[in-house]
Amino acid sequence: MGRILEAHGLRADRRAMPVLRVGEFYLDEGEFLSLVGPNGSGKTTLILALLRLIPLREGTVLFRGKEIGRISPAHRYRRSFAAVFQDALLLNTTVYENVAEGLRIRRTGRRETDLAVMKNLERFGISHLKSRNAARLSGGESQRVSLARAFALSPEILFLDEPFAALDAPTKETVIRDFETALKESPAAVIMATHDMGEALRLSRRVAVMREGSILQTGVPEELMRRPADEFAAAFFGYETILSGIVSGTFDGSFTVSVNGRTVEIAGEAGAGSLVTFSISPENIMLSGGPVGTVSARNTFQGRIERIILAGFYYRVRVDCGFPLVSYITGHSMELMKLREGGEIYATFKSTAVHVLQVR
Amino acid sequence: MDLMANGFAEALRLFASADREIVDITILSLKVSGGATLISAVFGVAAGAALALNSFPGKRVIVGIVNTGMGLPPVVVGLWVTLFIWRSGPAGQLGLLYTPTAIVVAQVIIALPIITGISLAAIQNIPEKLRFQILALGAGRVRYLMLLVREARLPLLAGIMAGFGGALSEVGASIMVGGNIRGYTRVLTTATVMETGRGNFETAIALGLILLTVAFVINYGLTAIQQRIRS
Repeated sequence: MGRILEAHGLRADRRAMPVLRVGEFYLDEGEFLSLVGPNGSGKTTLILALLRLIPLREGTVLFRGKEIGRISPAHRYRRSFAAVFQDALLLNTTVYENVAEGLRIRRTGRRETDLAVMKNLERFGISHLKSRNAARLSGGESQRVSLARAFALSPEILFLDEPFAALDAPTKETVIRDFETALKESPAAVIMATHDMGEALRLSRRVAVMREGSILQTGVPEELMRRPADEFAAAFFGYETILSGIVSGTFDGSFTVSVNGRTVEIAGEAGAGSLVTFSISPENIMLSGGPVGTVSARNTFQGRIERIILAGFYYRVRVDCGFPLVSYITGHSMELMKLREGGEIYATFKSTAVHVLQVR
Repeated sequence: MDLMANGFAEALRLFASADREIVDITILSLKVSGGATLISAVFGVAAGAALALNSFPGKRVIVGIVNTGMGLPPVVVGLWVTLFIWRSGPAGQLGLLYTPTAIVVAQVIIALPIITGISLAAIQNIPEKLRFQILALGAGRVRYLMLLVREARLPLLAGIMAGFGGALSEVGASIMVGGNIRGYTRVLTTATVMETGRGNFETAIALGLILLTVAFVINYGLTAIQQRIRS
């Protein structure tokens, strides 16, 4: 699988402030890469930089090994790409004309254009809207037009900038499903910027975490979720239990950390006296009415329930054990355990479930 | 009240009789102001787009000048164009003074900043992300500009209407550079001024009504196009 897109030493400024600092970046043929990070982390800026739509202070972008904008103008390279942004950004004309515009720019023949437009309008379930003015569409319909426009171009690389962020939950689900179907039939490599980890995990083969204009960590989704690079990445991935403490004892293959006077056992190596920051994912923290003696978990703490919040199909329970722990439980478990705020509870987790973020 | 009633009656009579002189004056007005608007539209939309899409040192000053030009007093334009094309002026040898061409030049100077200023605002108003989207579709420079103009066609048409209104209704510059010569440079506005000065209020009112009717018909046509685009 060859490299279809590469970037080296990208640096962009806005009003003399650095907004992008990306040393190395690549995308393989047919790959789906998600750029994740909170608002303002530089995801959109990176996409605009890769499309050469914003000026770069330094750096090069190569498409199939050739530098974009060096030998022929950037717009010729862009004709191998397609882009979908958060707002559908449709032209003030009919749906058909919107989908056809990119093909006309590429001087595609009339018959071929018509076939491609109709195929993609049908693919996204909007062929009945083809004569309607794009300004009179709903948010979901507009984004379907935008996606149809992109797929009609048969791009080699598809750039997506928060394409589903403006849609309500049910619409989002149906649009993503249609998008997945269209993508299966397309050989395009995809770069998608999103602040929604769920979207990234569902669609991507590789994820890059961005912060302050830089790529912090890149990897396959499962690996990133299991091993976030630092506190920022852990918090972004949804780790709510992030703690720090001093190493109080070391053993063969594990060590203990003192956190607010309580001792947490962690699998791994760390020097005595070091400051360790670690995280525990909520599904690894088990709650029970009493101490669990039969499981192999090394860490059991008695605590008080601080807060119970309904979070969709489960409850988010925040426990104060001398330090805060967050666990998720089902409604059924809630009823069985008769949990209530202020009540006593035991929280248990394995030493191997603790992920060390930093040792200083 | 009699004066006004007589004015309307005279206007109807002139309309009904299709007075040759009035018809000629009306046609010349349309030719001169229409030509000036066409020239101003071509250069004004291009200049507005260029100003909206490019950053360069001194842009703010130029935009300030354009905005000031949107309220340029016609008599000042008339004065400067007269000085320029006066026999001993820099363009004196062209022999333009007291010709319809001189009126076109003056009206272009009046309409151009109006159309440029409104075009600048119209193109600038297109969201940056839509501009990115058009470029991301692979549009080259020419196609990009064409699509931006198409996107901004509603306010651009409003700008052209405003420019035409400015050209058709001005009188100071036309009288100064055209001289209001009967059968040659007399247009509806200069004829109205002359008839008022002579105390021929009925004729002046009639000419004013014709001017208003012409302005209404042209703008109604442009508005119809504008609203059809909108729907």
